[in-house]
Amino acid sequence: MAVTVLLSGCAAHGDENHPPSQVTVFAAASLTDVFEELSHAFTAENPGITVKTVYDGSSTLAAQLTEGASADVFASADPATMDRVVKAGLVHGTPQPFATNTLEIAVAPGNPHGVKGLNDLGDANLAVVTCAAQVPCGAASVAVLARAGVDLIPVSEEQNVKAVVTKVALGEADAGLVYTTDVRAAGGRIDGVAIDGAGSVANRYLIGRLAPATDDGTTATADAFVRFVLSAPGQTLLADAGFGAP
Amino acid sequence: MTRHGAAGRIPRPLYVPAALGLALLLLPIVGLVARADWSRMPAAITSVEALDALGLSLRTGLAATAVCLVVGIPLALVIARSGPRVGGFLRALTTLPLVLPPMVGGIALLYLLGRNGLAGAYLDLAFGIRLPFTTTAVVIAQAFVALPFLVISLEGALRSAGTRFEAVAATLGAGRWRIFWQITLPLVAPGLVAGTVLCFARALGEFGATALFAGNAQGVTRTMPLAIYTAFNGAGVGQDSAVALSLLLVAVAIVILLLMRGWRPEVKL
Repeated sequence: MAVTVLLSGCAAHGDENHPPSQVTVFAAASLTDVFEELSHAFTAENPGITVKTVYDGSSTLAAQLTEGASADVFASADPATMDRVVKAGLVHGTPQPFATNTLEIAVAPGNPHGVKGLNDLGDANLAVVTCAAQVPCGAASVAVLARAGVDLIPVSEEQNVKAVVTKVALGEADAGLVYTTDVRAAGGRIDGVAIDGAGSVANRYLIGRLAPATDDGTTATADAFVRFVLSAPGQTLLADAGFGAP
Repeated sequence: MTRHGAAGRIPRPLYVPAALGLALLLLPIVGLVARADWSRMPAAITSVEALDALGLSLRTGLAATAVCLVVGIPLALVIARSGPRVGGFLRALTTLPLVLPPMVGGIALLYLLGRNGLAGAYLDLAFGIRLPFTTTAVVIAQAFVALPFLVISLEGALRSAGTRFEAVAATLGAGRWRIFWQITLPLVAPGLVAGTVLCFARALGEFGATALFAGNAQGVTRTMPLAIYTAFNGAGVGQDSAVALSLLLVAVAIVILLLMRGWRPEVKL
């Protein structure tokens, strides 16, 4: 494969006086599980390379990057957040769309409150948790609620989607707005209720290779990782995790 | 230099790490001030979000401090007047939240008082009380992290004050309550004030336990630290207001320190 060929050239160079290459990937919280799989598949194909992943809300990661955090790849859950990093001049070239995701209503297993759709979330007796509007899953939540004309006052606005999953899984919240993929990744700790027309406000995930101030030889590895995510094997892993095609 | 001349003086090279330590403490604040966009400051500080957060922080901080005083003064008294073994054991227990990361406190509170928690499930079933996502939860989280500050500093003051005056008052026929109000508390007033201020400051700054246990909703649980975190996660303008809110909190902290100094000169022991 192209990836392997390119990297073997790079690795041969690295073997002489560099430790095994490492690539640091900042990825949206919703990508946590699938990027772990992608990293394993990538390192399996490219022995000697370590992938260091950092997951958090896209906005937190973007803020860290613009304040000087060092990373080689950034995968954001929406174009707006990626744009902030691009505007700061930190991204090499144009970020590529690599996946889409839609929102679902997360409920306790078995859906004890009988939530059927967004309209049920307006019920004041239900404790509903969403992402804060500042982060991509929150922006998507605002859009999907506005589209359905539902007026919702969340009991808490979390900073990343995994925190919403946790609050519902622990039973502290009755329902939460999360990505379809989070319901699948939670493996039975929560159930998902589909949202009518959620597809029309799908999140577009973008991935970009970051441009370091000084190239210490990691850019080729970082490029290879980005290409791997966009490659057929990478896309298959994303599809298996429930992500939509870009 | 004679041996006598060196008394009370510190080796000169130690000034270097001392200055570094001071720089470590103060330079980040300088960075914060340097980043501030002063023209946007008034709008950022007087926004509904900022005022909600500041008001909530002050209210919950004061409530948590009141809770800490009600339970903390007796606890400090019990520890100070216990024997060395029991006192030491109680002191260690009290210090535990102090050395725990507040996030751990938040998780612990959730598993005790959450809807499926040890006590929380019972509270919900029996009384319909649900603590997570309420302002009460914020106060509990703040009291949890702030109480040790009050108890430890007050307990220290109580032990150094000793029991001589109390013993004299008792021989003169004063009852236990009268000794408590008129001898014990006035004697440790400086320590009590310092502990109370520390306790309030710690409650104001509480973030981790609040975020996990109480949640993050404007006007209900979004205190200043959570508002700063939320704003910092936003786009450009949002980060400006994070800086503005941070400076506001720094200003509040400075006022607290000045109030504390204002008390000090009256202290004569």
